[in-house]
Amino acid sequence: MLKSSSSLTAHNSQLGTHSERAEIFNKDFDRTTWHDETLYFVRQKRDKAAFQINDWELLRETASQIKNNVLSNMHDYLVQFEENAIKNNIKVHWAADAKEHNAIVYGIISEYYKGDIPADTFKGMVKSKSMLTEECHMNEFLAEKGIEVIDTDLGERIVQLAEEPPSHIVMPCIHWKKEEIGELFHKHLGTEKGNKDPQYLTEAARQHLRDKFLTRPIALTGVNFAVAETGEFVVCTNEGNADMGAHLADVHIASMGFEKIIPQKKHLGVFLRLLARSATGQPITTYSSHFKKPREGQQMHIVIVDNGRSTQLGREDFRNSLKCIRCAACFNTCPVYRRSGGHSYHNAVAGPIGSILAPNLDMRANADLPFASTLCGSCTNVCPVKIDIHLQLYKWRQVLVQEGYTPASKTLAMKGMSTVLSNPSIFKFSGKVGRMLMDKLPFLVNNSMNPWYKQREMPEPPEESFREWYKKNRK
Amino acid sequence: MSSRENILSRIKQNQPELLPLPDLLVLGTEQYDLVQKFTEILEGIGGKVLQVSDYEEIKKYIIANYPVNARVISTLTEFSENKDWQTADPHSLKDADFLIIKGQFAVAENGAIWLTESEMGQRVAPFITQYLAIVIDKSTILPTMHQAYGQIGMADYGFGVFLAGPSKTADIEQSLVLGAHGARGLVVFLV
Ligand code: SF4
Repeated sequence: MLKSSSSLTAHNSQLGTHSERAEIFNKDFDRTTWHDETLYFVRQKRDKAAFQINDWELLRETASQIKNNVLSNMHDYLVQFEENAIKNNIKVHWAADAKEHNAIVYGIISEYYKGDIPADTFKGMVKSKSMLTEECHMNEFLAEKGIEVIDTDLGERIVQLAEEPPSHIVMPCIHWKKEEIGELFHKHLGTEKGNKDPQYLTEAARQHLRDKFLTRPIALTGVNFAVAETGEFVVCTNEGNADMGAHLADVHIASMGFEKIIPQKKHLGVFLRLLARSATGQPITTYSSHFKKPREGQQMHIVIVDNGRSTQLGREDFRNSLKCIRCAACFNTCPVYRRSGGHSYHNAVAGPIGSILAPNLDMRANADLPFASTLCGSCTNVCPVKIDIHLQLYKWRQVLVQEGYTPASKTLAMKGMSTVLSNPSIFKFSGKVGRMLMDKLPFLVNNSMNPWYKQREMPEPPEESFREWYKKNRK
Repeated sequence: MSSRENILSRIKQNQPELLPLPDLLVLGTEQYDLVQKFTEILEGIGGKVLQVSDYEEIKKYIIANYPVNARVISTLTEFSENKDWQTADPHSLKDADFLIIKGQFAVAENGAIWLTESEMGQRVAPFITQYLAIVIDKSTILPTMHQAYGQIGMADYGFGVFLAGPSKTADIEQSLVLGAHGARGLVVFLV
């Protein structure tokens, strides 16, 4: 069986809200458990890496302050970056929205071919990971124009062959099992049937993609950091696909959301220490590539994209979400993400941070996402740039309720929960009532009014809560 | 108004009041036995580290460990006099088996090596080659990334990379596989 239960593909809430999609994902109990455990394993690797750095907390605080400064001085840093990039012979483009981004990319390709794009397949583009182009639905747009985009990150290539969007921003096919990938590669790359050995499958992908790197004249990469002081940008990968693409292509296009800017080169030291450790527990990604000038005879372009970001910058309660460095630590630690899968979020960026970014783009379509959280705060605890993720999710709920966008099933139960969580004395009391309810009236907790109950048994309530136990025993 | 003006004016209007940049000088105080830490970390991420006394020893190692008919390219005259590959079409390096170059300096905390295009010979070389060897002068190992950026300073380059280990992926069920798209193996010679 090829399609996993999570393969509700389109980024479209029409195909179901988060909870409806999660329900489908949860039907396969073993897969849900496996998904949960795999991600928690990555979270534990992150902890191990973090504990090895004495100054970890100081690093997080420093990164957070740098990003606060960036948000407060965004205009000047962008102007400075542009000026320096131009000096470095990089062409700088500005895109107000997704549509303009795609049009700019198409314009660059068409200019390269002097308006006469050939009909063969070699006109295509190799692309390394860029969540922004997912956000802009660039692949679909270019495909309509007859330009093939080859995703070159292994995980992204896998989901591309399966005609799915990535389900995780760092590990795009984390929801796929190796048997399924073996089957997919057998169909598309001609690997032997039944072979599911990761080494063998990776080698097949290496050969397949090497041919693409060597034949495609245009490469697109994302941007992890853009340095205002020098006009250079940094791209981090483990596979080396961004470099294989960019250094062989005649044209290198780098797409970035404007919030990727950082003030000075020395600040890279802080972010590169945090990024990979937070993402996968590695001390640093294999390649942290600093692109400053095009190589001889090459064209280098940067497309700076807004697409709702300047609006988010103006929302005092939510602007902090623009500090995100896309490490995905908040995904890996999130009990809801781990047990609902990335596709349940119907947005290019899933997980806790995606649930803050998405309503900014479209409140109606994404009104369900801030409710896809238990507000446990684990995301906030691991975030390397100290975004108050769970508080922003909570604030979005209030905004969405006020604006009348809330899914009815959530409003009742969640409203109660919000009041409870914001008031410690009610919390104590309701814990007691909750336990009594579970003792006496299990059907009441276990009814359809409680959206978190689905597909899982409520835990046995402890005889007494820790708080009660502590009160009795503290002497 | 162009998109540029539009975006910039909206940003100016919406950005919060200026906040100061933090001091970085308090960071990077970790004390390591530099050679030991670098070796331990790089080997932990799939690299091989060998301490050698001179280039002769490196040559012996290469001869003993790599096939004789391999295409070896190098920026170091000790290994190859041929410099033509450095100005050739980058695609022509697709059959390079082994590249040996010298790194500017290395970082103990994460096993990274700083290379700019002048050390690489060609930008694509350390990525497209099947195997990569880098010579590092032991005395250039720095403790953390903060000292590393201090060392780079405002030096100019067209392209630079912190390279830490062989190319890798764990995209298939989190199983680590070396040799995704870049070099399949990295050996570092500490002299
Ligand atoms: S919000 Fe924080 S933890 Fe989540 S991806 Fe962004 S930087 Fe990482």
